[in-house]
Amino acid sequence: MIRLAILLVALAMPAAQPARAEEIVLGLSRDEVAITATFDGSEILIFGAVRREAPPPPNAAPLQVIVTVSGPLAPAMVRRKERRAGIWTNTEAFEVDAAPSFYAVATTAPLAQVLTATEDLRHAISIPRAIRAVGNRIAGAGDYVSALVRIREDADVYRLQEGAVDLEEETLFRTSLALPANLVEGNYTTRIFLTREGAVVDSYETVIGVQKVGIERWLYNFAQERAALYGLMSLALAIMAGWAASAAFAGWRR
Amino acid sequence: MQLYLPIAEVSVNIFLILGLGGLVGVLSGMFGVGGGFLITPLLFFAGIPPAVAVATSPNQIVASSFSALLGHLRRRTVDIAMGSVLLAGGLAGSALGMVVFNWLRARGQVDLLVELSYVIFLGTVGAMMFVESVNALVKSRRPGARPKRRRHNWVHALPLKMKFRVSGLYISMIPPLLVGLAVGVLAAIMGVGGGFVMVPAMIYLLGMPTKVVIGTSLFQIIFVTAFTTMLHAITNQTVDIALALLLIAGGVVGAQLGSRIGARMRAEQLRILLALLVLAVCGQLALGLVLRPAELYEIELVDAA
Repeated sequence: MIRLAILLVALAMPAAQPARAEEIVLGLSRDEVAITATFDGSEILIFGAVRREAPPPPNAAPLQVIVTVSGPLAPAMVRRKERRAGIWTNTEAFEVDAAPSFYAVATTAPLAQVLTATEDLRHAISIPRAIRAVGNRIAGAGDYVSALVRIREDADVYRLQEGAVDLEEETLFRTSLALPANLVEGNYTTRIFLTREGAVVDSYETVIGVQKVGIERWLYNFAQERAALYGLMSLALAIMAGWAASAAFAGWRR
Repeated sequence: MQLYLPIAEVSVNIFLILGLGGLVGVLSGMFGVGGGFLITPLLFFAGIPPAVAVATSPNQIVASSFSALLGHLRRRTVDIAMGSVLLAGGLAGSALGMVVFNWLRARGQVDLLVELSYVIFLGTVGAMMFVESVNALVKSRRPGARPKRRRHNWVHALPLKMKFRVSGLYISMIPPLLVGLAVGVLAAIMGVGGGFVMVPAMIYLLGMPTKVVIGTSLFQIIFVTAFTTMLHAITNQTVDIALALLLIAGGVVGAQLGSRIGARMRAEQLRILLALLVLAVCGQLALGLVLRPAELYEIELVDAA
């Protein structure tokens, strides 16, 4: 079955372009996530195959696959608490220039084995590398970045899933990714890397769009674009609800 | 059952939020307070971002206060004149509080200020109310105790005197204006209506009769919280209407239950219970400020301009 699939994938590809020795062909179970009123997280299946012109050299190290999914990048202020006059208060702060709202790395084996540090630096794959903190205005900025990673890992929005990618016959790979319920809108960049001996041999990038739809979309736009009207609508609803409750229970009391 | 909140951008359990609204509704029905001082910390606990919790609570307070005010209007226990003076101070205070809120938010000290104001105000009000109601309870048990006569204090010596018919008062406008101002600032910063500060201030500072205090407080709280809702909606876009509706639905049912429970209890006992509740919330927050937090760092999102 797997061999058949490989054959099909190989046949489907026009073999004309002079390609690298190994190339990624990707599939996604869905390339759009709609946040509806009842949205409660979403599962995305990321799968694909490796296309080859020629069989890999017999003594080559095993092929490895890394899949990363990154939410929209946004600056984040990390503040540190210190004890001042007996009270814990925010003191120093450091702005991390671009931290993804969500970041997941899934690999076929422990990350240290499948990726060298230089390749990580070049492609910004691991969680600490994916967060950009330009400048060292405060001594020990690294503490702030690692605090950001720690807090978001605890909240399960930054994840390192070693061994979560299945690779069959060095050709077919798949992994499933559970997106959390507190998802932020935006484009989720999905990257797939093939590595051998820690070096990236091919990479592929695509985007999963996450968007509010229906009433969620409408309310959000309304609040952003017509703030005053939205405020008045909130108040009108509150007054109506208050009046209705009073009237309903006044009837009940009699 | 989950609901994704469009502004808060989190998915919450509908029954949890309805329950929170209902619980606070019971308390507000029993004690005649808006319940904002409880709902805001409870929303933090439920995972709602603080900015959204602070902006949405006033919207919920508008609904519960309006519902309660209608009852008071029927019984003619609202001093509109006094309410209007309090309101004038309140609106100014609310705008001032908003400026302070945004200024502190830029410095990352908003949480500290909110918590400190909670501790100071809840502590003072809770302790005062506790002592007063225990005294009242003890006195009422002793037969033959005379009711204390109302005394004149410095409040009555100020200029700009005005007649407040429903309250039966002839006092200066300055103290109610100041009380209104202070409550307005609190409303904007803490996301509360300020009833728990307003009610004792009207009784002890302004000397208003207890029966008109709650209705009058509700009257002005509606306007201050409505104003606060608008300010948050326009400047921060953080009012979540879906969250507000859930809270309101739970709250109005709870409030009716609460007022039934309250009607069966004695006023002094009610006040002791409320004082204990206020002190408990205060103690909890104070511990949080003094104890070493589990996580010394916190993340705040910055608007990508």
